[in-house]
Amino acid sequence: MFINETITNNKKTSIIPFITCGFPKRKNFIDLLFALEKSGSTLIEIGIPNSDPLAEGLTIQYSSNIAIKNGVNTHECIKTVRQARKKGLKIPIVLMGYYNNILAYDMNKFCKEAKESGVNGLIVADLPINESKPLVNILNQYSIDFIPLLSINSSKEIIKKATKLATGFIYCVSVLGVTGERNIVFDRVKDLVEQVKKHTNVPVAVGFGISTKSDITNIIKFADAAVVGSALINKLKDTKNDKIIEVASNFISELF
Amino acid sequence: MNNIRPGDKKLNMEKPDKNGRFGKYGGRFVPETLTSSLEEIELEFNKILKDKTFWEELTNLQNDFIGRPTPLYYAKNLSFQISQNLWIKREDLAHTGAHKINNAIGQALLAKRIGKKRIIAETGAGQHGVATATACAMLNLECIVYMGSEDIKRQAPNIYRMEMLGAKVIPVTSGSKTLKDAVNEAIRDWVTNVETTYYIIGSAVGPHPYPYIVREFQSIIGTESRKQILDKTDSLPDYVIACVGGGSNAIGIFSGFIDDETVSLIGVEASGKGLNTDKHAATLTKGSPGVLHGSMSYVLQDEYGQILEAHSISAGLDYPGVGPEHSYLKDIERAKYYAATDDVALKGFKLLSVTEGIIPALEPAHALGFLIDWCKEIPKNQNILFLLSGRGDKDMEIVSKKMESN
Repeated sequence: MFINETITNNKKTSIIPFITCGFPKRKNFIDLLFALEKSGSTLIEIGIPNSDPLAEGLTIQYSSNIAIKNGVNTHECIKTVRQARKKGLKIPIVLMGYYNNILAYDMNKFCKEAKESGVNGLIVADLPINESKPLVNILNQYSIDFIPLLSINSSKEIIKKATKLATGFIYCVSVLGVTGERNIVFDRVKDLVEQVKKHTNVPVAVGFGISTKSDITNIIKFADAAVVGSALINKLKDTKNDKIIEVASNFISELF
Repeated sequence: MNNIRPGDKKLNMEKPDKNGRFGKYGGRFVPETLTSSLEEIELEFNKILKDKTFWEELTNLQNDFIGRPTPLYYAKNLSFQISQNLWIKREDLAHTGAHKINNAIGQALLAKRIGKKRIIAETGAGQHGVATATACAMLNLECIVYMGSEDIKRQAPNIYRMEMLGAKVIPVTSGSKTLKDAVNEAIRDWVTNVETTYYIIGSAVGPHPYPYIVREFQSIIGTESRKQILDKTDSLPDYVIACVGGGSNAIGIFSGFIDDETVSLIGVEASGKGLNTDKHAATLTKGSPGVLHGSMSYVLQDEYGQILEAHSISAGLDYPGVGPEHSYLKDIERAKYYAATDDVALKGFKLLSVTEGIIPALEPAHALGFLIDWCKEIPKNQNILFLLSGRGDKDMEIVSKKMESN
């Protein structure tokens, strides 16, 4: 209920930054998480890097590759959350990953360790609703929120199933396509969000392609939260080490 | 024999279950955006399986455009040399030079039925790209082919062919710049253009129903071979041998013999520089179950589930995954899988050329090179059916360079 309530009770705009674990550097990544919290984010989505991220555009493919080169793996992601929590990070944390990384780690072990480290929810980019049952059962056992992705072309049946399984929030993908900054027409995702809201009170976030304050203003008219990933990563990509925290903080602050 | 439709075959392989699984393998592990399209393809495919007019159209194209049935050739010289009876199924003689055309034409017709006019494909060796470009030229469809930039370098003649046929070839520079990355990029295109685009997957891989669709369109190889060898020898073969990358040619010929218990089915993967190195593509021999490109199957991966780069001299086998049905056949021990190195493949390549006057593609040269040594361990004069999945023109440059340096 933690994620759900955090978004529902939030008085200001709910912004969810996405950042690949260990990007741009492993060393000050936890400081980066604190900066994101401090600059007003509602929750943080941390990406587990994957060798073949099918749902990602060039930007997150890039950050994923850098993270892997920096030595980040599934274990490291969980460990990072644990350390951040120990240092006092309070904001809800959602891990975003690909199914094979979770399978290889062992689903049960993954969920157990994620819970113990202070992870609140999980998004799996290549696990559609109809394949999600085995994982959802284990997530429920450990009280980790399952956050399903829905697409603007999802059928009524899939939407219904997703709303039954979702606990933290529902992630509506704004466009057909992969992650990455672009100009978006919000008509179709607005329809999707309205459909979803007929079936559930669980908050709905919109993501993919969102990069500006005006995007977010548009989204917040019909949805509960906006996810910003590639735009943040693009900002950090060429930033010098000692400026990372400042650039990230300013970027998020300016979205409100 | 060309009038036999998959649904009519007496010897029919198991269908995947309602969740798209062969045993525990298969499934549909893709972004939710693709769910509705995969459901549409599955529905339409199940319809055409029972649609006489579809199979009539396909059969006509198989006969007059592809040139089916492809011959079954008794390799007299090589048989004498190895003291076995070696029968070669000549898919190298199919139009465009490989078995890939069987599937490309079938799926292009399916795409037309669904009403999609934009076709995308991935290609490794370029054979599936050429086959898809050919099918699209003939059926008046737009064609975009994703190909790893590393593969573009080593299979240059096929790029010219695809472009001549009107296809657009897009180089893929991510990851290992080979087949795996071409599939990634094709899937990303598909997610983006799913409402206008049909993805013709070239091997028996990918999310359900693709492994099933590809098998059914390639099963013509097995159906023909079985009848041909019965006509010529009055008996079934003792062994059926084919190379396995994703495994579409192998599953096609295996499907004709799957219920014939006396027939041993053998798949040969590429072990590159050797199984004890990290430069191989022997997914079934050295991999473990995992998810790649939409299905659960054996994959080459590290302990954290990152996919490892494969290596093989042949671009068509240079893939860290394999079709889910092969994983199933391995686990239930209906088929056996071995691996052959780059050097063994080169040996097979040369041997078939000089003894029989047939230059094979490097992919089936793996299976041939393997069987030359392996057949010393079985009784003499066995009937061995070897699937020559493609011809070697595309490989001349890489092979001549290798032979000079050796």
